[in-house]
Amino acid sequence: MDVSSDLKKTPLHDLNVSLGARMVPFAGYEMPVQFPAGVMKEHLHTRTAAGLFDVSHMGQVIVRARSGDNADAALALERLVPVDVAGLPEGRQRYALFTAGDGGILDDLMIANLGDHFFVVVNAACKDADLAHLEKHIGDTCELTMLTDRALIALQGPHAQSVLAELWADIAGMRFMDVRACDLHDADCIVSRSGYTGEDGFEISIPADRAEKVCRHLLDHPDVMPIGLGARDSLRLEAGLCLYGNDIDTTTTPVEAALEWAIQKVRRTGGEREGGFPGAEAILGQFASGAARRRVGLKVEGKAPVRPPARLYADAEGKTEVGHVTSGGFGPSIEAPVAMGYVPVALAAPGTPLFAEVRGKYLPVTVTALPFVANTFKR
Amino acid sequence: MLKFTAEHEWLKIDGDVATVGITTHAAEQLGDLVFVELPEVGGTSFKGGDAATVESVKAASDVYCPLDGEIVEVNQAIVDDPSLVNSDPQGAGWFFKLKLNNKADADALLDEAAYKELVG
Repeated sequence: MDVSSDLKKTPLHDLNVSLGARMVPFAGYEMPVQFPAGVMKEHLHTRTAAGLFDVSHMGQVIVRARSGDNADAALALERLVPVDVAGLPEGRQRYALFTAGDGGILDDLMIANLGDHFFVVVNAACKDADLAHLEKHIGDTCELTMLTDRALIALQGPHAQSVLAELWADIAGMRFMDVRACDLHDADCIVSRSGYTGEDGFEISIPADRAEKVCRHLLDHPDVMPIGLGARDSLRLEAGLCLYGNDIDTTTTPVEAALEWAIQKVRRTGGEREGGFPGAEAILGQFASGAARRRVGLKVEGKAPVRPPARLYADAEGKTEVGHVTSGGFGPSIEAPVAMGYVPVALAAPGTPLFAEVRGKYLPVTVTALPFVANTFKR
Repeated sequence: MLKFTAEHEWLKIDGDVATVGITTHAAEQLGDLVFVELPEVGGTSFKGGDAATVESVKAASDVYCPLDGEIVEVNQAIVDDPSLVNSDPQGAGWFFKLKLNNKADADALLDEAAYKELVG
């Protein structure tokens, strides 16, 4: 398969190719979609042992207050996200959303408090726009630096802790969403206990010139297998996690997307730092009076995967269209098709029967609680 | 007689009936299959029309009918266990049998050497 040469390469490109990866274009990068084991085995290995992912295409941004006081950077970030950043303790990370003026979602991201600055990880496809957004709105108070000389990897699965503990003994003390700066194999890293699979695991930012060495060291461990973007997608789908551009985008609000949990009380109506983020009126309005539609899980009857943008109907004849599928595919761990989509709130209760249009047929699906596979985070 | 198409199907032709499947190359490219939908027996199919659908974890792909004919048999075993297509694409993983309208149509298809050259 030819991959256009104007695509960017991650610091782990040569390693991925040497491991037999099938490389595909993704968000402007040449990325491994699968390794020789294949999506199914990679997925299952991550759920039972440990999977190593190259996610270096994602944007890593340092946000540092020009005043030198990290509290100023926190308050600046709070002007762009509906999240409690000021209350995020040093060494902790939190999921966040860049919201738009109409309540839509510009990107989803992770914000980590590293004491004298914040470390932010954003989606690859959005990273240039995100940096411009940050510069425009908080560039006066914060120095913003996109780290282009670092790789980002994820080590995910029930054996991730024991494998990583062999490189860095202190890992066992970390809880879900803890973040530490540390040396791994003499490389200056930022480790967070988080991920995008529903499994316990870690994401590690590594200097580009040390990344391959650290990865080879991890891959030497018999429990670790390299995992491509294909399995990353099926893992996050089973875990009920949103993919930006599919399940959330500028046309969906956090309330519609069932992401209310990401907006802490302190930023909601009546909170100490209520509102003050783009789209606050629309989003807090939906908290009060509800949104018209909601993201739900869809359990698919039968074996045919239901993929986006399959239309959803209230009836088996395809007369009353009620929504559409935003993510869908086969869930290797539950051995059945799984999907997510948006439906009117009146049809969002678990157990509601609906029909998805696939190749002209109307297949029965049932609204179901997310996730499909329970997470195993070490809280 | 074994023939191939540029759409990565193989045809094993015995008299006027062709057993059709996807090539080893196609099965490798698709990855682990999780779902197969086959045509109905007795249906008439035309060259280039959709004959079957295969789905991997990630994506759905169509399998086209390689020649004009009538579907006379389908392989239920790959519906029950789609992984058969990955493990034995040019044997037990066959898709359907097509009674050809015109046996001579097969002459225009690729032979094994030409197909191998095509996929490199």
